[in-house]
Amino acid sequence: MDSRPPPPPLPKRRLTALDWLLFGLVALGIGLVVWRVNAVLVYDWNWPRVFGFVARFDEERGQWVANLLLQGLLTTIRLAFWGTILAALIGLVMGWWRTCDSLALRIISRTYVELIRNIPPLVFIFIFYFFIASQIFPAIGLETINTKSPWVDNTAFRIAFGDPALFTNFLSGLICLALFEAAYITEIVRAGIQSVPKGQWEAGRAIGLSPTSLLRDIIFPQALRKILPPLAGQFITLIKDSAIISLISVQELTFLATEVAASTTKVFETWILVGGMYFALCYLFAFIFARLERRAGRSARQET
Amino acid sequence: MSETPLVEITGLCKWFGEFSALWDINLSVMRGEKVVICGPSGSGKSTLIRCINQLEEHQKGSIRVDGQEVRPGMKGIEKIRREVGMVFQSFNLFAHMSVLDNLTLGPVRNRGMAPAEARELAMSYLEKVRIAEQAAKYPAQLSGGQQQRVAIARALCMQPKLMLFDEPTSALDPEMIAGVLEVMEGLARDGMTMIVVTHEMGFARRVADRVVFMDKGEIVETAPPEAFFGAPRTARAAEFLSQLLAH
Ligand SMILES: Nc1ncnc2c1ncn2[C@@H]1O[C@H](COP(=O)(O)OP(=O)(O)OP(=O)(O)O)[C@@H](O)[C@H]1O
Ligand SMILES: [Mg+2]
Repeated sequence: MDSRPPPPPLPKRRLTALDWLLFGLVALGIGLVVWRVNAVLVYDWNWPRVFGFVARFDEERGQWVANLLLQGLLTTIRLAFWGTILAALIGLVMGWWRTCDSLALRIISRTYVELIRNIPPLVFIFIFYFFIASQIFPAIGLETINTKSPWVDNTAFRIAFGDPALFTNFLSGLICLALFEAAYITEIVRAGIQSVPKGQWEAGRAIGLSPTSLLRDIIFPQALRKILPPLAGQFITLIKDSAIISLISVQELTFLATEVAASTTKVFETWILVGGMYFALCYLFAFIFARLERRAGRSARQET
Repeated sequence: MSETPLVEITGLCKWFGEFSALWDINLSVMRGEKVVICGPSGSGKSTLIRCINQLEEHQKGSIRVDGQEVRPGMKGIEKIRREVGMVFQSFNLFAHMSVLDNLTLGPVRNRGMAPAEARELAMSYLEKVRIAEQAAKYPAQLSGGQQQRVAIARALCMQPKLMLFDEPTSALDPEMIAGVLEVMEGLARDGMTMIVVTHEMGFARRVADRVVFMDKGEIVETAPPEAFFGAPRTARAAEFLSQLLAH
């Protein structure tokens, strides 16, 4: 057994001449478009002007500070972070309600999902924004919070939620976004719960598990493994959809980019740069999720 | 020894939609008794034992387990289920948990047992079903016979008063069956009350106090195993047995 040689290497996949030709054609196509744009459009590219809106040197404080675009990106990251958590929580509860025994809870969650899925996101956000911002927030006293109090105006708060003065604005956008995306997560969670074989439910009931324990110990862990890929997709969609929140004046990346593009008139540079920022953010998220999936996949392989 | 039966079923009827799956079932099982249920496919054997722990809800009649009435949609059904172990044809081990975790979940969650104590209990039952060395593996890494023995150990970990078996060997390869039946026979010797749906005649002869023959949702005949397998009283049972032997 020890005398057997190690395996010879398998042939590597290389790019063939045909692949290079294909690349060449794509590059040529892009070059052609760029050349046409330059030829037809009399456009004065000015990247430094737009880069100045990412960060600028503050003469008074003698240090670099975030300018509009970076501030917007940070707000978008905050929206993505809290939005993901909030949407996951709502989606989890609603998804469970969709499958539970109580008819009332099933009707409530079903209505929620159907309402949101059948209204354009923009319309939903307008309706909801004017409802929350103009009715609910004053009713629960959020409008009257002292934004200068040390409870609110501290570093931790600023890192988590941004400028305290803009907090109610941020919060209404966040809730809109989370409620909207959670409807889709609800359906993913429902499908995950229903994908767990009947035998697993029955075995859990047969040993006398309480309904809570059955869900927490048996059903959710198995469902989660199955729904990780669509869930990852939905979270990335959430980041991209956060751009819509700009229409209710939440000062996130798209909103501030609109201002920068308007004031500098450097429309192309601004939007190309902002596109790159969104891409980086979404790609990072996808990368993290792919790693999570691989880890879940490893333990799942062990189990099957 | 003339106390109340552990399981007392009277006038039990069960429908699936319009279809009558069980009709006027009367059956009492005393403590320590072993009852084998057999009958053709679709005769309602599974439905009957699944009504006992309310995996199926019945519409009419009464089921009492250890003196307590079992009603559809009742509160506290979990308490009764903890006294009633069940073993399924398709094992139904929790796929995302190791063998050991499969066993300890019930005692820890339902009885509030300390994890270390539960592990000890679990290992003792794994020993009993002769599979202790597989404790760290996942269900999918075990053979069918091993999985079924783990499933039996999982049910025993709740230290039930009654064990229900629904065709525990019919999904197994022939060479796996003996090991599972051996474990069940050992359990019978220890005095467990058992209701077993099976077509294993040898097992029924060795273990059963009574054989219950069902057809079309009714109990057609009840007899000791020698009498039933030797000379069935009803034509339907005779026909069923001749088909079973033809295999
Ligand atoms: N959930 C269900 N919905 C509708 N009909 C059902 C359901 N479960 C069982 N039945 C029907 O009830 C009858 C009895 O089923 P049951 O599973 O109890 O039979 P069985 O005696 O266990 O058969 P087998 O030997 O094939 O396991 C069958 O005709 C079956 O089709
Ligand atoms: Mg059956």
